[in-house]
Amino acid sequence: MKETPEYEKDIASIRTMMERSVKFISLSGLSGILAGVYAIAGAVVAWQLVYYPRSPFSYRIETLQAKSALTWLVITAACVLVASLGTGLWLSQRKAKKHGMNLWNVTTKTLVINLAIPLITGGLFILILLQSGHYGIAAPACLIFYGLALINASANLYDEVRYLGYSEIVLGLIAAYLAGYGLLFWTLGFGVLHIIYGAVMYYRYDK
Amino acid sequence: MSVLVSNQSYDFNSLKELLGVTDGNLASHIKALEREKYISINKSFIDRKPNTKYKITDKGRQAFKKHLDALEAVVRKQRL
Repeated sequence: MKETPEYEKDIASIRTMMERSVKFISLSGLSGILAGVYAIAGAVVAWQLVYYPRSPFSYRIETLQAKSALTWLVITAACVLVASLGTGLWLSQRKAKKHGMNLWNVTTKTLVINLAIPLITGGLFILILLQSGHYGIAAPACLIFYGLALINASANLYDEVRYLGYSEIVLGLIAAYLAGYGLLFWTLGFGVLHIIYGAVMYYRYDK
Repeated sequence: MSVLVSNQSYDFNSLKELLGVTDGNLASHIKALEREKYISINKSFIDRKPNTKYKITDKGRQAFKKHLDALEAVVRKQRL
């Protein structure tokens, strides 16, 4: 008969193999922290475009009138998104190489599909809303769809991401209720929360 | 079996990459599992390239569960 430690190792390696075949373990917490920083930078730019010279914590009652401001906002958001994705991919590629794994495999393919469905739906939905002048709903909708996307992909990622998803949804619903504070909630949801969860994941999995 | 029990199906190359084994090594293990009817094999073509997918069968799932239960029972008994 084998010794107990041997059996415990067997169980542990079975569990590890099960997890590795399903979860994308190369996601680096650092990319979350950086994404949060980019989002806050983007929020500062947005503040310049929209609120200046009022305080960002004040309640906005009027809607955006200048079409050019709206275009710049969308461009800013797109830049933040591209920067976050790019950094995330680069850092994850590095981590995967360190573990001797391929970045692109069955798991990541499933992950991308699970993320893409709510995100693309949300993106199109928000663009349609912006078209018809419903500007106030854009920020809450971003948060909610992002949260749903994270939860949809949570089987393929570490558990912390699921809690981030829940937080984003709750934040998005509160933001929808307090419609004038859109930029503030956007900053909290995409900036602060990413930094917090990114830091937690970095300390748990990357060190 | 750990991989197949956690996924709907898994193809040969992904298994090879995940487990880090050679073609022959993997193939012989798969043959043994298939002989016991623990897995089912689905061969198809993707873009004219052969693609073989494996699924766990109900019999395989039960066998895996019994194996895990047995391992855990031993560990629990040794702890007392």
